[in-house]
Amino acid sequence: MLARAAYRRRRRRILPGFGLAMGFTLLYFGLIVLIPLAGLVLKSTAMSWQQFWGTVTAPQALASYGLSFGASLAGAGLNVVFGSVVAWVLVRYRFPLRKLIDALVDLPFALPTAVAGIALTGIYDSNGWVGRHLSALGIQVAFTRLGVVVALTFIGLPFVVRTVQPVLEDLDVEVEEAAASLGARRWDTFRRVILPELWPALATGFALALARALGEYGSVVFIAGNLPMRTEITPLLIVIKLEQYDYAGATALAVVMLGASFALLLLINVLQRRAGRRQPAFGD
Amino acid sequence: MSYNVVPGVDNRHSAIEMSSASVERPPGRSVRPATAEPAPVRWLLIVVAVGFLTLFLFLPLAAVFAQAFQRGLGPYLAALREPDARSAIRLTLLSAGIAVPLNLLFGVAAAWAIAKFEFRGKSVLITLIDLPFAVSPVIAGLIYVILFGRRGWLGPWLDQHNIQIIFAVPGIVLATIFVTCPLVARELIPLMQAQGREEEEAAVVLGARGWQTFFRVTLPNIKWGLLYGVILCNARAMGEFGAVSVVSGHIRGLTNTMTLHVEILYNEYNFVGAFAVASLLTLLAMVTLALKSLVEWKARQGQAAGPVVAEQP
Repeated sequence: MLARAAYRRRRRRILPGFGLAMGFTLLYFGLIVLIPLAGLVLKSTAMSWQQFWGTVTAPQALASYGLSFGASLAGAGLNVVFGSVVAWVLVRYRFPLRKLIDALVDLPFALPTAVAGIALTGIYDSNGWVGRHLSALGIQVAFTRLGVVVALTFIGLPFVVRTVQPVLEDLDVEVEEAAASLGARRWDTFRRVILPELWPALATGFALALARALGEYGSVVFIAGNLPMRTEITPLLIVIKLEQYDYAGATALAVVMLGASFALLLLINVLQRRAGRRQPAFGD
Repeated sequence: MSYNVVPGVDNRHSAIEMSSASVERPPGRSVRPATAEPAPVRWLLIVVAVGFLTLFLFLPLAAVFAQAFQRGLGPYLAALREPDARSAIRLTLLSAGIAVPLNLLFGVAAAWAIAKFEFRGKSVLITLIDLPFAVSPVIAGLIYVILFGRRGWLGPWLDQHNIQIIFAVPGIVLATIFVTCPLVARELIPLMQAQGREEEEAAVVLGARGWQTFFRVTLPNIKWGLLYGVILCNARAMGEFGAVSVVSGHIRGLTNTMTLHVEILYNEYNFVGAFAVASLLTLLAMVTLALKSLVEWKARQGQAAGPVVAEQP
């Protein structure tokens, strides 16, 4: 134990700059992120418990949690299904424009959310390229809850694809050959050999997409229509409270959202450890 | 099973026979390999994947340009030349110009500390660095309003000294820094961890000073990852909306960034103007993706040609 500590200390001294690098990292991150976040939590403790509870369980707040959580779950779910098809197709098949399509999968990471918001609204409202045909079938997307799901699906699209893709690339074809040579049909091989390998990546991708969707603001506010109790997401409710100078109310809702985000961040960490590798996280 | 499995040469011989038999196929009729799907299934999956991406990615992308140019080139250019649009572009360039270099410094420092040294709480620090991604952008703006706003913790003091942060440029820069601060670090940490520290240790043992080691040994190894981190950080900084919207106050010509300008024009039903400015941001996103592909290609080339990369511990 002592020897290991001494070894570590000696090892630390070989390369210079630990103090400087660590000091700058902690100072910068503390000033920009940790202290302001702590300020928010501290602000919420200035409220009485009744006041806090009353704000976070007000009907408008409860409706917004329902929409934010429900639409995020739906978006992440859609991404698990279609994202794994996209990942499969990109890894296993060769077809025209494959590389271009592969590169464009990251678009939601790079495209500003406000731009995504107005573009999606443009094509899904009742005069839009897609919305026109859907509204002929009686389906309204823009300015409804379905619109929120569309925006959150767009936002989470790269996460499942980019977590499943490397796992599929690393899969040993020999295992599939073995399954086939033992008489498994292709579907059985997929279900009983390939799919079990994919579950950890699918779960991680789902959780990442969900976490991103829960906090999303820019793309949703344009397409949602923002009707109180119907199409108001929680981040929008925070903005509305801020615009009414209700700092305490905004803070209370923000604390609830922070709690949900931390819980998800922990869950993602656990999932990534289970998967035994660091999956690409937000923004990669 | 075991009756014809004879250990030794015979057994191996039969295995070779079997595999060669499976290679020879009757001519004229193509046989599907056992590890591929039937062609109809293959094409169905491709159609589903491309259809999904078309609905959610390609159509929105095309819509931006279609709407921006719906009345032709003249109104498009006029929308970009408008003074409010130009001041929004200037402010966006300014805030990204401050946020990106600072986050680059942070990313390099954090990656150096995390990848090259052992210390207690390292995994906690790595998780913490992801925190700004897990936090809603609206909350990222809110924390600065609570800290620096008129009724915030430091509000009265700032008022006395006539410093304005919220509803002014410093707040926009701060919110942008918050939202984009993990990007360079996230790119560099896994890269530098995978490269280990042997090369740097060798340089130091041979008498190189700290900065020499960094610039001559570390930097050439991480330059492509670093470049991509900076590019992505820049795209995110220029495109940030939620956090900036909370702290900006939306003062036209003064505290409007490009994305906020897009929002205002869109809410005024000036669709050509909104999509014209949006098209610039879309081009930036596409350039970012193109550079990402280039960087990945370069990194693969470097890996193929370069020395053996040290195993990850």
